Amino acid sequence: MATYILRRLVQSFFVIMGVVILVFVLARLSGDPAVLYLPLEAPEELRQAFREEHGLNRPIIVQLGSFLVDVAHLDFGDSMWQHRPAMGLVLSRLPLSLELATATTILALGLAFVFGSISARHPLSFIDRLTAATSLVGVTVPSFWLALVLILVFAVRFRWLPTSGTGGLRYMLLPGITLAWPPLGSMAQVVRCSLLEQFSSPYITTARAKGLRERAILVRHVARNAAIPVITVAGQVFIGVANGAIIVETVFGWPGIGKLLIDAISRRDFAVIQAVVFVVAVVVVAINLVLDLLYVAIDPRIRYQRLK
Amino acid sequence: MQSSAAQELEKPLLSGADSVRRRQTGLSQILILLLNDKASLVAITFLITVAVAALFAPVLIPESAVTLNFDLRLLPPSLTSGHLLGTDPLGRDVLARIVLATRVSMALAVVVVLVSVAAGTTLGMVAGYYGGRCDDIIMRFVDVVMGFPSLLLALIVLYALGSNVTNLVFVLAATRWVTYARVARAETLRLRHFQFVEAARLTGCADITIGARHILPNLMAVISTLAAMELGGVVLSESGLSFLGLGVQPPAASLGLLVAQGREYLQKAWWLMTFPGLMIFLLTMSVYILSNWLGIAMDPVQRWRLTSARRALSVKS
Repeated sequence: MATYILRRLVQSFFVIMGVVILVFVLARLSGDPAVLYLPLEAPEELRQAFREEHGLNRPIIVQLGSFLVDVAHLDFGDSMWQHRPAMGLVLSRLPLSLELATATTILALGLAFVFGSISARHPLSFIDRLTAATSLVGVTVPSFWLALVLILVFAVRFRWLPTSGTGGLRYMLLPGITLAWPPLGSMAQVVRCSLLEQFSSPYITTARAKGLRERAILVRHVARNAAIPVITVAGQVFIGVANGAIIVETVFGWPGIGKLLIDAISRRDFAVIQAVVFVVAVVVVAINLVLDLLYVAIDPRIRYQRLK
Repeated sequence: MQSSAAQELEKPLLSGADSVRRRQTGLSQILILLLNDKASLVAITFLITVAVAALFAPVLIPESAVTLNFDLRLLPPSLTSGHLLGTDPLGRDVLARIVLATRVSMALAVVVVLVSVAAGTTLGMVAGYYGGRCDDIIMRFVDVVMGFPSLLLALIVLYALGSNVTNLVFVLAATRWVTYARVARAETLRLRHFQFVEAARLTGCADITIGARHILPNLMAVISTLAAMELGGVVLSESGLSFLGLGVQPPAASLGLLVAQGREYLQKAWWLMTFPGLMIFLLTMSVYILSNWLGIAMDPVQRWRLTSARRALSVKS
């Protein structure tokens, strides 16, 4: 087990390294910073001084090396737009994004469990059909449009909910629905399938024959076994939320790192962009690692060993 | 290859007329299946209508519909004014703009799917056929791309390289090829040990011939079903990027861009944002329904299940 964790950590390290190097290469491809950051009419001596100051005239490998050292110190330079360390800026916005992502995942998981278990109990019922229809809409609706339609109906027309901003549950409702809808359907289907599969297994018959109550069967036997595929999907949901959050935070003016990224892009603030990408990479890698370990905690039969 | 060999064997046993009739019933069976499935029928009708409108847009749309006319600013949708879906802030017809934008979005999606199918299938086949180190490198790369939020990746690449149509196609294909690579690899792993592949190798075929002539034809069914489904996903991704301002750039119009422009007028003119978005939604949904149906119709086992289930239902009622 320890070797498995170690191997995964090494693997994660290489993934993050890959992302960091990609970002570095992209930064250099996007143009000469001495041209981008200084005003157009700046004299050539000023540009040369700028290059000197930021070490842009050194060999590219040396630049990459010093960039990696900076990254190891979590130093991505100062934001050109906010005049403060880029990393600090990103970290100050991160909690808001995580809050939204957690709320979304809980909302999606909870609803998926309710819908999924009802439709597993009553196949081809109204709820079952509704679940299928919801999942079809979720997969095919563009999230930015869904967000705008929700704003149009609930905030502009009926004025029940605020159009954008933060502060309490009222503000979280519309972004949460927009983010939770796309994965909801597929999660409900996964819950439904794995419940159906578990309920038809022989060990359930055994448990019933022993005289266990239905609730005990569901909680002690079925839930654990059905959890594995659900957790796999939940992990994908979280990555999907990271994707959707960029759009949804922009539309709802939610000041998380997705909105920060779009603002930084429109202001050509590369330090902040790099910091956002790095933080997202770390979060995504960490979540994948935690999920793999959760599998073992839930199902002791899973052992990560090299088969030789 | 295998199936065509089987047909060669069968041929002498069947008379010519017999085999023709059999093929006809196969095709008409699929058509009947389509006519029976109402959702798929609606989806394909919608898609054909949209495709025809998009293809012939230059002929269908009169010049006056897309020229600036400030007398016709922000007309609401109506059946009588001649502007079914209303007009935009510059007096252009919204329906006409949607058709033109659909043309751009659909063409982009088709190109992206073709590029990513080509790249993904090739890399997947190479990984599956050679295995070992080569397989490891390609599949680890696939894992990284799959595990990373694709929109974020697309955004930073487009930001750094600048957004034009070529880069947009490149970026979308770069985030989409992995699905095909996985499927192609898995299928190639299975096919690699089949006798017809080994026979080809024995007769001295080059690896590239084995790949192109013997393995690829066997992948086409599953890859094309996947590609049909991905078409909707690509339309969604492209519209998202265009909505955020890093996709298709004005004055060209894509559906996502129209929604972004309509967003400014959310309070005053709801139709500007609503209809282009609805178009994306309906387009993606039709493609999705149709590709689902295609997956069933292409697979003999599932097709049999579907028809027999219907038979059972009709017997019951």
